Amino acid sequence: MTATATSPDADAPVVLRATGLSVVHRTRSGPLHAVSGVDVELRARRTLALVGESGSGKSSIAKALLRLPPPTTGTVTLDGTDLATLSPRALRAVRPRLQMVFQDPVSSLNPRRTVRDLVAEPLDAHPDPSVDRAAVVAEQLEAVGLPAALFGDRRPAQLSGGQAQRVAIARALAAEPRVLIADEAVSALDVSAQATVLNLLRRLTEERGLASLFISHDLGVVRAVSDDVAVLHLGRLCERGPTEAVLAAPAHPYTAALLAAVPEPGRPLGDTGLLPADPPSPLDPPSGCRFRTRCPLADDRCASEVPPLREVAPGRTAACHRPLTLQAP
Amino acid sequence: MTTPVTPVLEVRSLDTTLHTPDGRTLHVLHGIDLTIDAGECLGVVGESGSGKSVLARTVLGVHPRTTRATATGQVLLAGEDLLTATAARRAELLGTGIAMVHQDPMTSLNPVVRIADQVTESITNRRRLRRRERLRTAAELLAAVDVPDPARRARAYPHELSGGLRQRVGIAAALAGSPALLLADEPTTALDVTVQRTVLDLLDRHRETRGLATLLITHDIGLLYGRARRIAVMYGGRIVETGPTEAITEHPAHPYTAALLRSVPRVTGPLRRTLPAVAGSPPDLSRPQPGCPFAPRCERAEALCSTDAPPLHRAGAGHTTACHFPLTPSAALPAKAEETAV
Repeated sequence: MTATATSPDADAPVVLRATGLSVVHRTRSGPLHAVSGVDVELRARRTLALVGESGSGKSSIAKALLRLPPPTTGTVTLDGTDLATLSPRALRAVRPRLQMVFQDPVSSLNPRRTVRDLVAEPLDAHPDPSVDRAAVVAEQLEAVGLPAALFGDRRPAQLSGGQAQRVAIARALAAEPRVLIADEAVSALDVSAQATVLNLLRRLTEERGLASLFISHDLGVVRAVSDDVAVLHLGRLCERGPTEAVLAAPAHPYTAALLAAVPEPGRPLGDTGLLPADPPSPLDPPSGCRFRTRCPLADDRCASEVPPLREVAPGRTAACHRPLTLQAP
Repeated sequence: MTTPVTPVLEVRSLDTTLHTPDGRTLHVLHGIDLTIDAGECLGVVGESGSGKSVLARTVLGVHPRTTRATATGQVLLAGEDLLTATAARRAELLGTGIAMVHQDPMTSLNPVVRIADQVTESITNRRRLRRRERLRTAAELLAAVDVPDPARRARAYPHELSGGLRQRVGIAAALAGSPALLLADEPTTALDVTVQRTVLDLLDRHRETRGLATLLITHDIGLLYGRARRIAVMYGGRIVETGPTEAITEHPAHPYTAALLRSVPRVTGPLRRTLPAVAGSPPDLSRPQPGCPFAPRCERAEALCSTDAPPLHRAGAGHTTACHFPLTPSAALPAKAEETAV
């Protein structure tokens, strides 16, 4: 696998495009810049992974895409339509096309409802007499490997974590989404349940032509599920490109640190190179490059100038004044 | 290592049964044997429901208030059997003999009590400390776990700290009573990878400098590599395989261990578009089945596996597995009883 490898679907149509996305939360301690000028493109049959630590703005981006709440600045288009220009009624009609799967499968499912009713939630929220409710539920449960005959009458407490997450995915699918956003969807699961859910997300993205956004802090998981990766630090994009190329030879020191921190059987513990500073507060981000207080390579320029995203290899960009040299692995 | 030193923790044929509030009886642990020496880290790996947390709680002697537990066998802390010890003696050992680091630092700390008072609890439980002394001790303990600005943090409340800092507070509280044994139950599951790294490095450092025996419980076998000297793999309330970390991760003998290792998503090695998941679900502990607990999910299982309990086989030096058809064909001799201990 070389750094320039692209998969055949790299030119698939863009389903969702966010441009210049910024999210500023007003807090008692002043404005909190959760996301600053991020561009995101989701293409059909492809998965983009959004990677970063807590507080990096991953979940804020996901919510801004869904307009829950709308981004402070920036535009989000779905199939070319700017969501901000839609009337509340038109937006409501579009909403089912954007579906989300959350981190904690048990708390995202109503404990009192049966699996059958949970999966039918999007159908009940947007009633359509031409839709055969039972057939849709059976079909989606089948797609996630939970036959309705066996699981339809169970309640969330009677499911394992992995099964509950698959119910949440079936519910998302029942809305016939164009975009599927999975926010730390496997972080709470055991390794074997994790593998099942990751395989499922990848297969459904390809089979149903979904444009998927997968949010995670675990690069091992990201590698298994995504085609492209975007690395976030404190609300800014550090690096983006095809997952295999980026993980084989990261250009940004932050990506390299995240990669070195992943524990893996048979892999000696590597040095993350991170300075022993804690992640800075998004209320008071460092000047210039926001990673500089933790970066082993930072110099004076990093403190004064914000590094722009620049192409470091075909199809790959990084926002760094001193990017790591890319060698073929 | 043949010096006949008493291990810090020795668990012999431990069986734990839980009686839940809804009237069910769960036979959670079956014949657990393990030992941990001073300064050693033993990794216990297993899925949810494997019994790994119940193991820690049985050693600690603390179970949820609504659950009654009965344990048989021996839990020896420096040779002293905790299962037969008086309640007063056990209470005395909490914090000073055994301490625990919990999974979720958000819920294991009391939100309305200052950090200083929580960190020094295992000291103030035994003797009075003046407020000034308490703050100073807390600041020292926090400094030892790399909390920046410890004097100020000692006066803070848990919600004022990040997740990583809270977990370091949890570790400081555990170390405060200078315990001989530290039980760490998924101490970094709620944390980012970068923070996870620093917290585990911190535990390693204190284990080495204080000669602390550590039981590190996790569902992530990758996390044990380079930290635990030995690994015990739990499944269905039993230790199904145990041995040196390298032997377990490079030459797993039990099909469950091998399946677990295969399903770990990796950042190195060939790209796998489909991860080999272990099909099926963990066993239902309220419906005990004869034979090997992994048999219904095992690709190597034969009729024998669902009727007869698997014997212990030696897979290598200090490496044993409970399986009828282990993966390592060499040295598949029945192990002697004394070799089965971890």
